[in-house]
Amino acid sequence: MQRTVSFTLNGKPTKVSVDDERMLLWVMREDLGLTGTKFGCGQSLCGACTVIVNNEAMRACSVAMKEVAGKQVLTIEGLSQNDELHPLQKAFLTHYGFQCGFCTPGMILNAYSLLLKTPHPTRAQIVEHMDDNLCRCGAHVRIIAAIEDAASTMSGGAR
Amino acid sequence: MTAYLDTNQASVSAPGFDAGRRRFMALGSGLFLFFLVEPLEVLRAQESRHMPGYPTDFNAYLRIGEDGRVTGFTGKIEMGQGICTSLAQLLAEELDVSVDQVDMVMGDTDLCPWDMGTFGSLSVRAFGPVLRGAGAEARMVLLQMAAEHLNAPVERLQVHSGVITDSGSKKTVSYADLVKGKRIERHLGKVPGKAFSAYSVIGHSTPRKDALEKVTGKAKYAGDKSVPGMLHARILRPPAHGATLKSVDTTAAERVAGVRIVKDGVLVAVLHEHRDVADQALQLIKAQYEPSSSRLDDQNIFDHLVKSAPEPKVVGQTGNLAEGEKLSTTVFEETYFDNYVAHAAMETHSALAHLQDGKMTVWAGTQLPFMLRDKIAGELGMSPDKVRVIPPYVGGGFGGKGTEGPFVEAAKVAKLCGKPVHMIWSREEEFFFDTFRPAAVIKIRAGVDAAGKLVLWDYAIYGGGDREARQFYAIPHERTLAAGGWMTTDPGLHPFAVGAWRAPSNNSNSFGRESHIDTIAAKLKIDPVQFRLDNLANPRFRRVLETAAEKFGWKPAPGPSGRGVGVAIGTDVDSFVATMAEVEVDKDTSRVRVKRVLCVQDMGIVVNPEGARQQMEGCMTMGMGYSLTEHIHFKNGEILDRNFSTYEIPRFSWLPKIETVLIDNPNNPPSGGGEPAIITMGAVIANAVFDAVGARVHQLPVTADRIKHALKKS
Repeated sequence: MQRTVSFTLNGKPTKVSVDDERMLLWVMREDLGLTGTKFGCGQSLCGACTVIVNNEAMRACSVAMKEVAGKQVLTIEGLSQNDELHPLQKAFLTHYGFQCGFCTPGMILNAYSLLLKTPHPTRAQIVEHMDDNLCRCGAHVRIIAAIEDAASTMSGGAR
Repeated sequence: MTAYLDTNQASVSAPGFDAGRRRFMALGSGLFLFFLVEPLEVLRAQESRHMPGYPTDFNAYLRIGEDGRVTGFTGKIEMGQGICTSLAQLLAEELDVSVDQVDMVMGDTDLCPWDMGTFGSLSVRAFGPVLRGAGAEARMVLLQMAAEHLNAPVERLQVHSGVITDSGSKKTVSYADLVKGKRIERHLGKVPGKAFSAYSVIGHSTPRKDALEKVTGKAKYAGDKSVPGMLHARILRPPAHGATLKSVDTTAAERVAGVRIVKDGVLVAVLHEHRDVADQALQLIKAQYEPSSSRLDDQNIFDHLVKSAPEPKVVGQTGNLAEGEKLSTTVFEETYFDNYVAHAAMETHSALAHLQDGKMTVWAGTQLPFMLRDKIAGELGMSPDKVRVIPPYVGGGFGGKGTEGPFVEAAKVAKLCGKPVHMIWSREEEFFFDTFRPAAVIKIRAGVDAAGKLVLWDYAIYGGGDREARQFYAIPHERTLAAGGWMTTDPGLHPFAVGAWRAPSNNSNSFGRESHIDTIAAKLKIDPVQFRLDNLANPRFRRVLETAAEKFGWKPAPGPSGRGVGVAIGTDVDSFVATMAEVEVDKDTSRVRVKRVLCVQDMGIVVNPEGARQQMEGCMTMGMGYSLTEHIHFKNGEILDRNFSTYEIPRFSWLPKIETVLIDNPNNPPSGGGEPAIITMGAVIANAVFDAVGARVHQLPVTADRIKHALKKS
């Protein structure tokens, strides 16, 4: 159904006139110009399109616009505040937690959702939480190190 | 689909030297230094083949701009391997500027000189020395200018961060001041680069230049580009390779608001301003196909490969096989199998094509921008200088982004519909139209004499290709044959397009060779490391193997020892690797868990150690996939794995303890780093599984079913 969907996107009230059955991924990328959220598989299998909806990690390729109405959506573009990188971004940077970088926004946001609930995760918790986010370059070892480092510097929950 | 590197189609149209040079110099002022990477040097490790039209004047240049910044212009592209940083390091080193003062402009066919492409771990290995030479030459030119400017002899000048100081008068002048308002042109001369001992940038880990953009979502890939008025295209695809379109009904799709259909022969494209809407409309198309005539599947393919492969060519030969047979007291004969594997880069093939005022600009996630430019020009009947290919960041290549098909298709549709066209392949298209690593059959007959020395090696690979097919042990009588592969187009050999896959051919060849070496060692009841050392003369191989044994804590024992440890060695892109692994095989399910992998790599001088380690870790992690699960299932032209639901690639939960060791070797120039550490993964895991359970799996991937089957047989 074509209608105006109102939600909060990266802290800003946002209204978009769309068919509310369309998926958040394409509306963000095409209607709202936020291309940091990537298309990887289209079936919630790879995690490249992971975003945060009301503090939960969701796969934007499978979330219809009508499901985000009235909700808070956070994408990679909204993670750093006042030009200050989020500790997870800093940790991915210093630990070389990426190669081609295509899975990186989804990795960072999925890790963010973990730290919201589990500020001091064990390695096993990190592995379990991140397991459905795929990386083909094989940056996994460094991604785990980055998440561990960010968790310890944040000491007490994500912003 | 075209082959990955089809040099016959490289109808190179590099502009004449003067025209090309003038064109680039018109783009700015400053000091320009043009240089050429010799084709034979570049092609040496790939295959020494004639490359028609390779430029003889220059194929890269650097500019010192009025702002003092150094810009390297190269046709290479960044796909995660980190060369936007390591190439900048080389320039920074020779020019005595900081890495931050260096920009790399990569792959843009209008801004960069012709280059053959980014593959084969060639960028630092072959391109690097020339780039360094150019940096050294430019520094010398600037020093001579500074000597005149400061009225001081060159010997008295020192450079730091692009500022030249006369150590006598203490007067200074910057690179920026020297080139201001000038257009100076130089060509690569014979100024030697710095000695290894003088390096202050090379060999030191440097933060990646692409890091900030990649952690903030600002990094642009081809799918992220947009221009006003652009439409997304989704293409009607056949259900199977070889299926042909009989009839098509697009009426339902055409009823979707805003949808346009473009047809050209069998090409049917659905266009809409939104990709998801175009995709939904595509599903409404009714199409009838003549089924594929292919009767090949992932079971019968191996017989087919041996029967249908072209005449084998001799890759290498020493001694005389009959003599080797005579000397052999025991002969070991086995056949090994590898299957089709997908690149499965996280970014699907994507392009944005825009035809404006007679010029076609294509943003494409390609490893081969110049070949793509020429291909598009040819297909569209345009002059190559009317086509511009711009490769933004590439979201993983591994050989797969050498496929030209999707990018050419985007350009064709853009021309047909008169609008800018964006095409982002679906994952299902990726698993269907991307090239695959070819399946292979490897037959080996080897013999040892009474002293346990290898004296005979008769090796043939069918379908997989010849890169590093030739064995490297000290065997007096040996012959290597290769029939068909990924590079040659042998009609009817493979049931779909095959291409380069990270260290092409070498994964299959290393699996066969190192499995067989292990088989022999076990039969002779000799420790597999010792057996290798007993038959190895090359000191670089011995060094990586001995270092691996030391770092891993290898305790010699003949296999199977029950501990689940394995070893494999190999060489790729002039680097040497020795890998050791420890696995656990579940007693009930036979599922393999890799607990530990250690790789020792000798890659000569290491430009960026952290970057090199990342590449090794990536190879080892990715390599677990083809070793344990990755396998394209297909039947009668249809690909049965179409997404990550059935095609399992490595995940976080697979991670073993990964250790990387770089050999400190200042005596050899930098060799390749993007591929070597993946080649040994198949064999090291198969060998470790054998050591754990006492049964050998001769086919990749080493699945639980195959282990159970091998256990039953043994």
